[in-house]
Amino acid sequence: MNFRGIEAIYNFEMGRTFRTLGQSIASPVLSTVLYFIVFGSAIGSRMEAIDDVPYGAFIVPGLIMLTVLSQSVSNASFGIYFPRFTGTIYEILSAPLSVVEVVIGYVGAAATKSVIIGVIVLITAAFFVPLRVAHPFWMLLFLIMTSVTFSLLGFIIGIWADGFEKLQLIPLLVITPLTFLGGSFYSINLLPPFWQTISLANPVVYLVSGFRWSFYERGDVSLTTSVVMICVFTLICSAIIGWIFKTGYRLKK
Amino acid sequence: MPIETAIEIRALKKIYQNGFIALDDINLEIKRGEIFALLGPNGAGKTTLINTVCGIVQPTGGHVTVSGFDNVTQYRQARAAIGLVPQELTTDAFESVWNTVTFSRGLFGKPRSPSYITDTLKRLTLWDKRDEEIRNLSGGMKRRVMIAKALSHEPEILFLDEPSAGVDVELRKSMWAQVRALRDTGVTIILTTHYIEEAQEMADRVGIINKGKLILTEDKQTLMQKMGKRQIIFVLRDHINSIPQTLAGLPLTLEDEGSKIIFTCDATLDNDISETLDRLKESGIRPKDIYSRESSLEEIFVGLVGAV
Repeated sequence: MNFRGIEAIYNFEMGRTFRTLGQSIASPVLSTVLYFIVFGSAIGSRMEAIDDVPYGAFIVPGLIMLTVLSQSVSNASFGIYFPRFTGTIYEILSAPLSVVEVVIGYVGAAATKSVIIGVIVLITAAFFVPLRVAHPFWMLLFLIMTSVTFSLLGFIIGIWADGFEKLQLIPLLVITPLTFLGGSFYSINLLPPFWQTISLANPVVYLVSGFRWSFYERGDVSLTTSVVMICVFTLICSAIIGWIFKTGYRLKK
Repeated sequence: MPIETAIEIRALKKIYQNGFIALDDINLEIKRGEIFALLGPNGAGKTTLINTVCGIVQPTGGHVTVSGFDNVTQYRQARAAIGLVPQELTTDAFESVWNTVTFSRGLFGKPRSPSYITDTLKRLTLWDKRDEEIRNLSGGMKRRVMIAKALSHEPEILFLDEPSAGVDVELRKSMWAQVRALRDTGVTIILTTHYIEEAQEMADRVGIINKGKLILTEDKQTLMQKMGKRQIIFVLRDHINSIPQTLAGLPLTLEDEGSKIIFTCDATLDNDISETLDRLKESGIRPKDIYSRESSLEEIFVGLVGAV
């Protein structure tokens, strides 16, 4: 295992994060704070509690997931797309690195950044709404698993995209709608039965549900189902990445 | 005991998806410690060959071993031996020189070595620019950064793909000196170039590739002796219309409207010019000046590539 190679990619990517601190961390934190001000404090005070959880507090896990999902995808996709765009990918391809090592470096850095942002958003939320975390271990586990899984998805998008427009396409047209409709701001139990069934096809439902359970011990689906679904999604993304490197899709001519 | 062959390429083939044959049954052996120049016109397959050896392009067929390691099944050892300076100036614009070179060393699994990187930057006269963002450097400096990155993991073999592209004459000559210095430390160097002068100046051996086929590989001196011509030019006092009959049998031609007689011989032959001088004198021809010229590698190259 080329641990120094992994470390080099990881440090390089994290260095980019800290070099562009405003864009990397301040921006998602600011937009989340705005969500809390509008949905948590302003509108939330007039909303009924859901499952005995005040609305402002109810949306915290969903908002963290919203941020973590979009950050994971955009960080990882940009991380691998940028060297492809500039041509510096030659260095990665000609280095004594295995597929797993390259993925650990890029996805690890993207996921780390997402976890950091998720924790910052969580701390920020505590200033706006009363917050309790019933199962901190599970909360952290869901946060890390979600960050890793969606960073893997972002990595795939970064390799698939052949322009900056495509890089934004999936996050804007797929990830954001799925997140909004995945129970970030409501419980899917509030929906009519038909839409509840439809919602179960949305992978984000399982992420938000499991994450929310770690806070309030209440979720739309069981904890086991959430964990299994994240694992399935991770395996699918890993298999696709394995295929990409094996075939050289969009990486090697 | 080190293997004497740095790179061995056997039956290497690359056919792109659109059917274009970029490499057609390439067989090549690069000896350890030599400077090998790969010459060829645009689109001949030089860069594809380099990128295939380095693992950037997937071959359609054939095998490559680097320092005795197969570049597919033993890719770690094979790639670890290679440093690559690509043709394009592809750098991380917002990184500092120091960071980007350190990053390259890390990718190859080497432990941090500030002293080695310091030494490399000093050798390439980049030390003063170590904290500068790469986007602020000149083209020539960027080229040196690319070389520093390729050398960062102390490779045994260095590929230089068009190292002098876009570099002024002064910098090119300083780069040549640096490449020679590297060879003196035991690094095997494979360079592709458009500048035949570069190959003539630096290479120990030359390979000529055209349309994906390796036309020949030869020791540079042998190639120039085998295929080159040496000419002795006699500048005449008075123009003549034709070569006199008394000089029949000698390899002579007329040039510049009869003002010069050209004596042409193979560079391999040990020609005795005294007989020619005696017979010129006997024929009443008195040269006012004599000089010689030899074929350049460029003339040989053009002759070979043009003939295919």
